[in-house]
This record gives sequence, structure tokens and C-alpha cells, in this order.
Amino acid sequence: MKETPLSNCERQFLLKAIEEKKRLDGRQTYDYRNIKITFGTDYGCCIVDIGKTRVLAQVSCELVAPKDSRPTEGILFFNLELSSMASPAFESNRQSELLVKLNRLLERCLRNSKCIDTESLCVVAGEKVWQIRVDIHVLNHDGNIMDAASIAAITALSHFRRPDVGIQGEEVTVYALEERDPIPLSVYHMPICVSFSFFQQGTYLLVDPCEREERVMDGLLVIAMNKHREICCIQSSGGIMLLKEQVLRCSKIASVKVTEITELINKALENDRKVRKDGGKFGFAESMPKERITALKTEVAPVEMTDIEEKAKEIISCYPVSENVSSPVVCAPGTGQVGEGLQNSWGLEEVDALEDDVGEEREEQDMREQLEEESRNAEKGDVVVISDSEEEDVVILHEGTQRRRRRKKQVI
Amino acid sequence: MAGLELLSDQGYRLDGRKPSELRKVQARMGIFTRADGSAYIEQGNTKALAVVYGPHEVRGSRSKTLHDRAVINCQYSMATFSTAERKRRPHGDRKSSEMSLHLKQTFEAAILTQLYPRSQIDIYVKILQSDGGNYSACVNAATLAVIDAGIPIRDYVCACSAGFVEDTPLVDLCHAEETGSGTAVALALLPRGGQIALLQMDARLHQDHLDPVMEAAMTACRSLGQVLDGVVRQHLQEVSILTGE
Repeated sequence: MKETPLSNCERQFLLKAIEEKKRLDGRQTYDYRNIKITFGTDYGCCIVDIGKTRVLAQVSCELVAPKDSRPTEGILFFNLELSSMASPAFESNRQSELLVKLNRLLERCLRNSKCIDTESLCVVAGEKVWQIRVDIHVLNHDGNIMDAASIAAITALSHFRRPDVGIQGEEVTVYALEERDPIPLSVYHMPICVSFSFFQQGTYLLVDPCEREERVMDGLLVIAMNKHREICCIQSSGGIMLLKEQVLRCSKIASVKVTEITELINKALENDRKVRKDGGKFGFAESMPKERITALKTEVAPVEMTDIEEKAKEIISCYPVSENVSSPVVCAPGTGQVGEGLQNSWGLEEVDALEDDVGEEREEQDMREQLEEESRNAEKGDVVVISDSEEEDVVILHEGTQRRRRRKKQVI
Repeated sequence: MAGLELLSDQGYRLDGRKPSELRKVQARMGIFTRADGSAYIEQGNTKALAVVYGPHEVRGSRSKTLHDRAVINCQYSMATFSTAERKRRPHGDRKSSEMSLHLKQTFEAAILTQLYPRSQIDIYVKILQSDGGNYSACVNAATLAVIDAGIPIRDYVCACSAGFVEDTPLVDLCHAEETGSGTAVALALLPRGGQIALLQMDARLHQDHLDPVMEAAMTACRSLGQVLDGVVRQHLQEVSILTGE
């Protein structure tokens, strides 16, 4: 399904607001939305929410034969899926540009940076190694899937426990979860992606763009870093021209954000570990709040109202006062006005098919003149409403049509 | 590759270059008659071929037509004999799709697409021999091909790869250096304005080292820009002699 295009006024509104350093949801330029991390009942399953963007990551493992070029290393496989559930614009069968981009970025960020010790995943060199597969599904798209996916992937990997393996000579035994405790993966560091969106040819930049901001942005810069201030991956996309200073500034902002997010992840992991140890309830069902109709709730957005009255008075005093028309002609709903701010109006829709367009217009003008005459003759200061409905007028139907027909004769 | 030193004590690299030295660049333009523009470039052992068709009417799905600018269609592929081990899937796999996207993005920024509304410009790049710096060779070859086709661009797009070994930034990496050192930065630059059209980095690099690496890559791109400029002028001279102008 093709996405509804963004209207011009919405686009201009967003760009103008960004120029004045205001964002749709009231955030500052460098603020992230609310990040929430929840874990499922199994090890290695987690859901990450950034604002309304929701991403699910699941880690699973399997014993396979290793790659020929690397016989002593395990295999890490990442797969990100964009289903139509996340947004109607995503079509599940086609491999779109966005999908390729997200997948490749995730692969480069997590695999090439060697955040997981793959050597420890080797069971029998050259024959059997663990293949760790991370599947990421986007559940709701409200901008910035990349960051959510990277947080979900690394959190799921840190949360995951693989089954214990015992080797006796040539025999390899994989112990079930009940027999022996599963072993966590050795995570060296946590690379986290931070997205920067650029507007107006690189003049303005925002961190963590929401879906609307993503639609009007010129380009995107993704920097993946870990808390030790090591950059794991940089990718610029979208055809913007950057300057070296901008990239360096973004990397500084990214290092601050990454430290905060890593702390959040560690806290979430710690909480989950505690809950599991104490035997409490855990899992998705527990973390979703009860008795809340999510579909119908809109979050309260604070709006700045401090000096709204003065501002309103200023704006009103700036503009020239329009003349007072004694009986202004107002088009009620039902009569359309077509065109950009001009005084176009449609022909009346209940007109007979016999009439010409020309006849229609003239007739309409005549109707209006007639009404205006009536209004002038009637009380002054009344607002005359032009509408299709003839409820207000006490006019007998065939008399009205007779009048119209008489008028038509005059015209023709 | 544990025994191979990427940077010796005297400051020489595996192939005897200094850290800030580029590989030898040889380029030719206008090699194919069928295409509107074509170019061939050799950067050391990396050989890339680029072909440009356009601007022409949008082929395929009409829905891709943009009313105010040209659509740029890039395809990147590697010959099966280009790498040490035979490549089983020359195009269509994720890495090639990603490279194609990056090329498209780079040239969308550089080509003056506003001059050709409702048309399409095709850029096809093929790697004949891969010895590191694939993306850079592609971009340089494509720039020459676009100039050969006569399509107006803002500036030469020069690309170069850079790495970081033992506190020294290395420029124009070969294959062994790319896989061995870990850090590989690919940067596409428009030299006159100093604007970066594409920046890509893989593997870990400390934040403080980002500045020297980027600076080294940008300097290398500028010198490459001069080389490309020389190639274009020489080609123009040859063509004008042959056509008798």
C-alpha cells in the first residue's frame, strides 16, 4: 500500500518549527523519546519501545558446521523484518531499500565490531559451532527503527543463555535447560546506534527523529558507539553533504547518549535478573499495565501556555482589521469553496443535467444576488448564509423552481 | 595474518608505501561506444569499470518518475573472478545492494538532477579485480564516466579509504590492510567545497582518533581529485586533436 503523501502545509509547518528549534512532541533538539525495555519469559527475548516505535528481538541458537574460512569461530546471523504490521507502507514480500539498509547497518554494527566473543561459541573445531541467530521484528513504526533495533539486538544478546555442552571424546552432548543451567554469551561491549537527521541542507539537526520528522528530513547520519567511546560504525545516507565539523560534533553528542542508554540497558537486565532469581513473575504479560485501553488513549502532551494571551494580542494587533461588512456572505458546510484561498465556489450540486456550466454559474450568481437583495431588504447586520439547504427559507418547492425557471428564461 | 606487519618500524606499509601515500592511479575515459559515458580506473591492483546511460526516459515502472528531477539508478556488481575465491553471486546479494544504494546516494548529491526532470540516469559499475578500496574505485570511475557522458555535476566526486594502525592513519587501503586492521573508513568528498557526500566506517575506532583519520582521508581525496582532473583534461585534449577542433 502506498503511503499517503505528506501535505505541503504539514511539511512547511514541520520545517518552520524545526527552524525555531521546536519539535512536534515538545522535545529538545538532542532529546531521546522515552525508552522502555521489557523482557519475555524465555531468555533472549526482549521488546524495546522508543516513544511509540516498538521492536521485538529474539535470539536463538543452533549447532551447525562452521564456515570454511573460519573453522574455530561461531556464526552470528542477523535478520530484521519489516512487516505490514508496523506500517501499511511496508510490503512484506518486496526487498525494499530501507530493509537492505537497516539489515546491513545492523550487521556491520554488531558483527564487524566484534561485540560477541565468537571463539567461545566453538564446540568442535571445524565441525560443530553455535550459530546465534537474532531475529528482529518491527511491531510499530514511529520513526527511528535503527536505534530501536540496535538496542533490542544487543539487549537480547546480553539476556540470552545458550544450552550447556559437554564433550567426551568424540561425543557431544547438549544438555537440556532442566539438566544444566544455560550459559550466557560473552558480550565484550554494547554498540548502540544513534541517529541524527538533517534538515535544510544540513543547517539543522535532530536526534531521534519521529516518523513525521523522518519524512521531511534531507538525510540521516547513524553513529554506532559503545560506552568506552569507541565508534563501531558510521553511516551517512540520504544524499546530504556533510562537513567534517558536523560529523565530529555528532560523535560527541552520540557518546553522551550512548552512555545513558547503556546504563538503562544494564539496569533493565539487572532488574530482570533479580525478578527471576526471587521467583517473581516476569515476561511480557507482566510488564504490560493492566486495565488500560491502549488503542483509545492519547498521551497528555504539555503545551506551553505562559504568555499565550500576550502573543495572541500581538498577532491580532499586527494584522490590519478587516472591514465590517454589514451582511457578510458565509458559505455553510455543504457548499464548497475550491482553490487556494480564492473566492471560487462550486456550482450547486442538485442542478439538473440539462443545464450548461455557464448557465449554472450565472444562475448561482443570480441566486446570490437574489439572496443579497433579500438580505438588504430584510434586517441589516444579519449574516447571510449561502447553503444548499433550503430549510431556513420558507419557500414552497415548486414556487422556488418556478422562480428559477423564470430566471433561466431571463438569462437565456 | 598474524605475522604480517601492517606498518613496519621504519614507517613503511606492506607494499612499501608511506602511510599517507596513494596507490598508482591510471584511468581512461570513453572506452565504450554504445554507452553515453564510460570510464576505467586502476588504483593499484583494484580495477573498476563504470558505464553511464542517460539522461533518458524512465524505463520500467513509470511510477518512479520524479516531476522535478532525474532519477539516478545505480547498479554495483563484482565479476566472479575479481576476488581470490570465486564469487558465487555477483549481484543481488545484500552487500551489492548496499553498495548500489550508497553509490546512488553519492551521485544524487553531486549530479545536478534539477536540470533533467522526469528522466533517468543509469550508472553501472563493475569491479574486475578487487584489492581493497572497492567503493572508492567505483566512485572515481563513475565520476569520470559521468563527466564523459556530459552530465553536469557540482564537482568531482573523489573517494578514498582510510584506516588506523598504531596511532597512524593509513590511506588507500589494500585488501590485506582492510581485513587485517579492522578499521576501514570510506569517504566520498567534493574537493572544492570540502563537503562529504558519503561517510562510512566499519569496526572499532576510538572517538579521539576519528578526526585524524577523516582529515587524512580528505587530504587523499583532494589529491585524487587533482589526478582525476588531469585525466579529464588530457582526454579532452586527445579528443579535440582527433576531431580536429
